[in-house]
Order: sequence, then C-alpha cells, then structure tokens
Amino acid sequence: MKFYAIAVYSFLYIPIAIIALFSFSAGRSASSFQGFSTEWYGRALRNPFVMEALGTSLKVAFLSAVLATVFGTMAALALTGMRGRLRAVFDTLVLIAVMIPGVVIGIAALIALVTVFNAVNPVLEALMGQRLSLGFGSLVGVHGMFTMSLVLLLVRGRLETFDRSQIEASNDLGANPFWTFVQVTLPQIAPAILAGFLLAFTFSFDDFIMAFFVSGSETTLPIYIFSSIRRGVTPEINAIGTMVMVASLILLIIAQVLLRMGAPQAKE
Amino acid sequence: MLDAYAETGEAMRASSETIGGQDASHDHVAEFVNVTKRFGSIVAADRLNLGIRRGEFLSFLGPSGCGKTTALRMLAGFEQPSEGTIRINRSDMSAMPSYQRPVNMVFQHYALFPHMTVAQNVGYGLRQRRPRMAKTEIGQRVTKALNTVRLGDFSERRTWELSGGQQQRVALARAIINEPAILLLDEPMAALDAKLRAEMQRELLDLQRSLGITFVLVTHDQEEALSMSDRICIMGGGQIAQVGSPDELYDRPASRYVADFVGKANILLGEVVARQGGQAKVVLGCGSEVLVSEASVDNRHNVEVIIRPEALGMSAAPQNGTAALRARVTHRTFLGDHTEYRLQVEKTGALQVNLTRQAERALGGRGVGDDVYVLWEDGAGLILGAED
Repeated sequence: MKFYAIAVYSFLYIPIAIIALFSFSAGRSASSFQGFSTEWYGRALRNPFVMEALGTSLKVAFLSAVLATVFGTMAALALTGMRGRLRAVFDTLVLIAVMIPGVVIGIAALIALVTVFNAVNPVLEALMGQRLSLGFGSLVGVHGMFTMSLVLLLVRGRLETFDRSQIEASNDLGANPFWTFVQVTLPQIAPAILAGFLLAFTFSFDDFIMAFFVSGSETTLPIYIFSSIRRGVTPEINAIGTMVMVASLILLIIAQVLLRMGAPQAKE
Repeated sequence: MLDAYAETGEAMRASSETIGGQDASHDHVAEFVNVTKRFGSIVAADRLNLGIRRGEFLSFLGPSGCGKTTALRMLAGFEQPSEGTIRINRSDMSAMPSYQRPVNMVFQHYALFPHMTVAQNVGYGLRQRRPRMAKTEIGQRVTKALNTVRLGDFSERRTWELSGGQQQRVALARAIINEPAILLLDEPMAALDAKLRAEMQRELLDLQRSLGITFVLVTHDQEEALSMSDRICIMGGGQIAQVGSPDELYDRPASRYVADFVGKANILLGEVVARQGGQAKVVLGCGSEVLVSEASVDNRHNVEVIIRPEALGMSAAPQNGTAALRARVTHRTFLGDHTEYRLQVEKTGALQVNLTRQAERALGGRGVGDDVYVLWEDGAGLILGAED
C-alpha cells in the first residue's frame, strides 16, 4: 500500500518539483541545472508580454469570480428553499456543469458565441456601427458561467447545515427578510461565499483550455505560456509557472481555512 | 431586577381582572375566528374558534399532527390561515407579517444565532426597533433580561458553549425582552431530560406569574399541560376538542377523545333507566345499577360512562348503600403512593381502579385471581356527551 502511495504521489509531484527547481537554474537549459540564480524570475517580471498577459488574467479572474460569486450565491439561496423534482433537475444540471471536460465547454461556448455573434452582428452594425467578437467579454462570461457552479456547490453545502428556524426566529424578533439576510444568513455563509470567490478566481486564473477557445485576440497568462513553449522551453517559463502555482496554492489554502471556519461549531 | 418585571406584571394582572371581571366577556388578547388552514388536500386546522385571555397560561394539547403547532405558527405569522381571521389586540393579522406582530416565540430547538454572543442574541429584538434604541438602553435591558433567567454571568459566552437548559433560558430571555403581548412556546421542554424539564416548568410558571405576559404553550405532554396551564385547548384531527381549565377537562370531559387523552379513564357502556336533577340511573352490562352525573341532559338510552380509576373503591364484601360490581383482579401494580388494580368485570369489560395504601387495607389481603367488589359512589362518573 505504502509503496503505491509513494509511487502515485511521486508521479504527480516530481515533475512539478523539477519545474520549480529549474526555475532557479542559472543556465538557459531546462534539462541541466547550472547553479542557483533568481535571474529568470527577474526576467519574467521585466518581460512586457508576460506582464500584459498577467494583467489580462487577473482582470478576467477577478470579474468572472465576482459574477460567479453573486449569481452562484443567489442560486444557492434559491435552491435551498426548493424541494422535490425541480430541485433534483437543478442539482443534476449543476453537477453536470462541473463534470463536463473543459475542452467540451470551450468548444461548445465557442460555437454558441460565434453563432450568436453572426446572428446579431449585422443588426448591430447597421444600428450602431459596432460588432461583437470574441475577447475579454467572452472570457469573463465563460469563466463566470463555469465557476458559478463551483460557488453554488460550496455555498449550498454551508446552507445545508444552516438551521433555517433561525430565519423564522429573526422574523419573529422584528427583522424583515432583508435585515434577516444581512444579520443572520450572510454572516454565517460569508466564509463559504469568500471561499467560493477564491476558488472561482483561482480556477479562472489557471484555466487554459476554455480560454484557448474563446479568448479571441486576448492573451491570458496560461495562453502566453503555451505559445512560448512552442518557441522552446526556457527557465523563464519555469519561473512564471512556479509563481502562478505558488499564488494559486496560497489562495486555495485560504479558501480551505475559510470553509473550516464557516463550518458549524461542534457542541461542547 | 426581578421586581421591576414583577410590578408591571401585577399591574397588568389587576387591569385584566377588572376588564375580565364581567362574567364571560373576557378581555381577549388574541382570537381565532373560524380559522382553517389547508396544506394541499390536508386540513391542518379546521374551523378554529378560540379566545385567548389576557394574562392567562393557555396550552394547546394534542398528539402530533393534531394541528396545535399550525395554530401556534398562524399566531406567530409563519403560516397564513386559508380561511378565517386571527386577531391580536383586536386588530386583524391577515396582512401583518411575522416581523410586525406583537408576539415572540421560543422555538422547539431554540433557534439561537450561533454567530452571536448570548447578550447579542438577547438584544437582537431590541436592535431591530425603529427608531433605533440607544445602545446603553439595550445593554441595560439585556442585563435585566439575563438576570431574570439567571444567566447574568453568561452574557459574553457563545450559545453553543451552553447546556440545553441554559440555551433554553437564552431563548426565553430573547423573547421576553421585547415585552410581547403573547409569548409563544413551541414544545420548549421536549429536548430536555426529565429532571431539568420539571425544573424549567416551575421556572416558566414563576416567570409567567411575575411578568403577567400571556403564555401560549404547545405540548403533547398532558402532565405538562395539566400542571402549568390556566386553560387547556385540546386538539384532535385539526379541530378543537374542548377548551377548559385542567380540572374541568379532567372532571367533565366533553368527549371520549378528551377523556382518553387527559388522565386515565374507564369507559363503560350502559343503559339509562331513569333521570333526575343532573344525575341518571344507569344499568351496566353486568346488571349493576349505578347513579352517574350527566352534564348535558339528552334522551339517549345507550350511553358511555366515564369514571376515573381513583374515583372507584374496592372491598372484599359488598357494602350497604353503595353500588358494587363483582370483579376479578387480573393485575396489581404497586406504585408507591398508590396501587393500580386491573380488574375484569363480567359482561362489562376491563376496569382500572387506583387505591391508596390506606384504602387497600379494606381488601383484606385479596390479590390477583381473587374476586372483589368495585364500589361506585352515587354521582361518581359522568355520562359522555353525544359524539357528532
């Protein structure tokens, strides 16, 4: 058992460790270590193309995470009040959205967007001289749609253990539905909402496959890495990858801590 | 701290007596007028008509699914009646949401807010007031309410650190601090163990007396209802079976349902042979003739007679001047302060008789398997009203 576990974890993490290791290499080669240096990190951070792609990635991740958090939370709240067959249908749809491979969502979104754009663009051009095209908007939209289901699952998980008689108690004590939400529901699901936001952000920031299909002329960081690899791997790519990985890891750990914090306290 | 509450309580009690003094025209703090509640095809409450008197301790008593909780939830505003009107302080509540009603509830599982301290929980109702109440004023009232429920030292604790009994006191303080017209209690004792329950019942009763607030309790525990209430509303199948004081319900149950639900009851079939002055001569299946009270006189011949186990006597031999039924002892259960005897009476059925230790001596050592005489004093027992 132990041997298999070690083998599996080695297979998963040794390549990542090697990438991180070679990011500190002084030479140009990505296959032989030639002394310790942080030079490649400096180069990556001074590279205007890297910085532009990073900016795009951060903007897309932030906006799509905001969208996903707002709508995912609203959907979770609505779903907890729902029972019976309709609820089962929605539950299944949400799970399907999470399980479908990114490449399928990417292609599907691409076809859907292009079809819609082709249909409305003649009208828009005639009316306002504008036309819709793939780019920043479609990136935010597709990431937001997908990560919404992640937020929904997290927030709903928290709501399941939330004692709904608290809402009646709050109403009974004179708080209307709005103030009840602000004072009773929100404080208790806030950690899950924040965790959902961080997860959505990380997901969008790391996503390559969906972005590849719908980004149009925009370049996110994963797309930049992919295209520069085709020109040959340098330790600069390793440095970027390592930074992205560390940042994502930190966000995920924060999300985990928040989820633990938000869990109902054990009695006694 | 307690005195301040006690004083207002006395004042309210006095005023309610002067208003309610004229015979039946009581001052009602709330009224159900022909209230029906349907959930789909299920009728949870069926044409309820009930006045809740100001300052009283009223219990809704019945088995689960009898509609008692629905009645309470309609009073709180969590459910809307399908038909009929609920009035609180004479105003129609139909259009009034729960957060505007002058009632507060103690929930079955307390429904405390886990993200707030005890003091924040208790002050919640006051913080919702508009115009806003001053923070210092809220603080003082919270302290007073916590002292009333003897939780003065717990104000900064988290609710999940408290025991069940303490949590219930927090829920109680959180409700009474708002000085509601009616305090609603939804099976508040159900989650407590027997010893704590008895203690909380006493405390609740003391609190009700000192505050003078109308308490409406929902319970399925007949002992709890009998020991605490001024009046009990017995419910069954969504309908009100009978409303009355505990004594009335016990001594003069209006129906077999009530007789069965409150206390233990022997119910016997008999035939009326003569009637006079609220009493009737009834011949039981075994041929014995007994004199029974009758609450509402009608002309039925075949009737059901209810008699409580402790209203009957037992002896080894028939006694002059007292009606007696021949019976055989089938079980004897010794319960300390009294003993329960299960008897079989020929052509009449099973009977239960409870005897005190003293009364048992008249049996002369007769026990299980022996023949005895069941003594029926004139006027003991009651003819049950006709069921509709």
